[in-house]
Amino acid sequence: MTDVVSSERLTAGTKAYLYTSLVLISAIVLVPLVTTALGGFKDLADLRTNPFGLPLEWHAENYTDILFGDRYWRQMVNSLIIAALTVFLTVSVSAMAAFSFAHVRFFGSDFLLNYFLIGLMFPAATAILPLFIRIRDLGLLNTYWGVVLPQVAFGLGMSILLFRNYFRNLPEELFQAAVVDGCGYMRFFWHICLPLSRPIIATVSIISFVGSWNSYILPLIMLNSEKMYPWPLGIMVYRGEFGTAWQLVLAFITLTIMPTVIVFFVAQKHIIAGLTAGAVKS
Amino acid sequence: MANVSATTALRPVRIPATASARRKHPAVSGRLPVLLLFLPPALLLFSIFVILPMGEAAWYSLYKWDGYGLPTQYVGMRNFELLFKNGAFLTALKNNAMIMIISIIIQIPLAIWLAMMLAHRIAGVVLFRLIFFLPYVLADVAAGLIWRFVYDGDYGLFASIAHLLGVETPYVLADKDLAMYAVLAVIVWKYFGFHMMLFIAGLQSLEKSVLEAAEIDGASGWQRFRYITLPLLGSTVRLSVFFAVVGSLQLFDLIMPLTGGGPFNATQTMVTFLFNFGVARMQVGLGSAVGVVLFLICVTLAFTYKRVFMRHD
Repeated sequence: MTDVVSSERLTAGTKAYLYTSLVLISAIVLVPLVTTALGGFKDLADLRTNPFGLPLEWHAENYTDILFGDRYWRQMVNSLIIAALTVFLTVSVSAMAAFSFAHVRFFGSDFLLNYFLIGLMFPAATAILPLFIRIRDLGLLNTYWGVVLPQVAFGLGMSILLFRNYFRNLPEELFQAAVVDGCGYMRFFWHICLPLSRPIIATVSIISFVGSWNSYILPLIMLNSEKMYPWPLGIMVYRGEFGTAWQLVLAFITLTIMPTVIVFFVAQKHIIAGLTAGAVKS
Repeated sequence: MANVSATTALRPVRIPATASARRKHPAVSGRLPVLLLFLPPALLLFSIFVILPMGEAAWYSLYKWDGYGLPTQYVGMRNFELLFKNGAFLTALKNNAMIMIISIIIQIPLAIWLAMMLAHRIAGVVLFRLIFFLPYVLADVAAGLIWRFVYDGDYGLFASIAHLLGVETPYVLADKDLAMYAVLAVIVWKYFGFHMMLFIAGLQSLEKSVLEAAEIDGASGWQRFRYITLPLLGSTVRLSVFFAVVGSLQLFDLIMPLTGGGPFNATQTMVTFLFNFGVARMQVGLGSAVGVVLFLICVTLAFTYKRVFMRHD
């Protein structure tokens, strides 16, 4: 870690101040999350009288009922399919385009790159109605592709930029050596560029996966049967259905965010780096 | 931060744009096939799902249309007039502005403060960083629902806090004067960790010797922060402001589970307005007009940002 505060002669007072502040903020972050998870184990009366504390009686059935039903799993699978398709398409399509911009000289290359960078400027929401009409006219409403294709398209600007900057920084000698050895563009891309680009592939994958996994507005507009719903739509429906049976809703929320939390703690280094890198480098 | 450092480390080596245009790539045959294979997928996807819809939004915004058949009922600028006369839309604009302001005057100072604290070498730094970043990786929808429970006047945490204090339970999200502040609190809760990470990265790249020199010269902690750290963090602050502004313009997912834009449209943002009035009622013209306004704001901001911020790039 850094030591921006150059000398580390922290007095007891400073330390106490630091820890008090940090613990306090952590509490503000964690209390809603912990009460949500615990709330899922309570019954409604318990929740009402004692939302903070441990459950008087542990009602694991709130969780197990959801886990043994197919609703939760169907939503998870839908989210996973949509995210996987999105990541795969984003990475392959933008890596190819970025390679052209980084290593192939052609007329209009700068112009075309700027064209893609327009996509960085505005969110999908601006064009959501025409997008809906387009997807409807293409007959893709209520299919995974109806969500995936716009998602990929709106992620292209950022991904192409990230890939292109990375590709351009690969040593020029590599390319020259490859050409001397009779290697064409395709093989250079496939056998040299991509294997060397694992960090940036990881970054782009993380950004597009997290974006897709959490996305709400596109599936909300493009999907209309619950069978197709990814989990953010699913919990909204669940909450609408069970209204004030908060203990069930809380259990459902806990289970749906569980994968995110687990993956985050396991791969925190990569995820934090990926999500902030996308921001910093664009 | 492996990725960040890997690429930034490479940056100084980068060949300037003018030189790179003349990079001495040996003449390789097969340039055309590669272009024909590699560019069209991205071009098609991008044109069909980003550029064309944006153009269509501009076109549809001049019509009154329910989305079926072709738009025929040309109304000129009427949709825009309706928009700027619509109380809910004006509230949405005001709310968007408020979110930006709160992000800048509360969230960013909070993020800097935390980043500075986490720059100390104390036990548990990594854990605190993780905890603070956690809300950012959660989906907005989940965070919104969790806070809907927190604010719930019957079962939520607010209910029991009020009970403990012996006061009447506030129904924060149902109160049109309070609801927006409740939403703002959730926004800060959700996003401060991301900004904190930006500042941690910014602090890591600072030249330590300057701070050491200042310390030897007897500058106090506050002076060092005010006159050295903060000015050196300038680019990070601008970046952070930019993300706060862009994020506020897109805000939708968090509002829907919390209030859906209500009560009495008190918590609408531009995008929730677009959804509630344009999409849900299939008023394609009006909704597209919102899209156009949003687009113009985004583009203006992006160009301002480019001029102010990316000068050196």
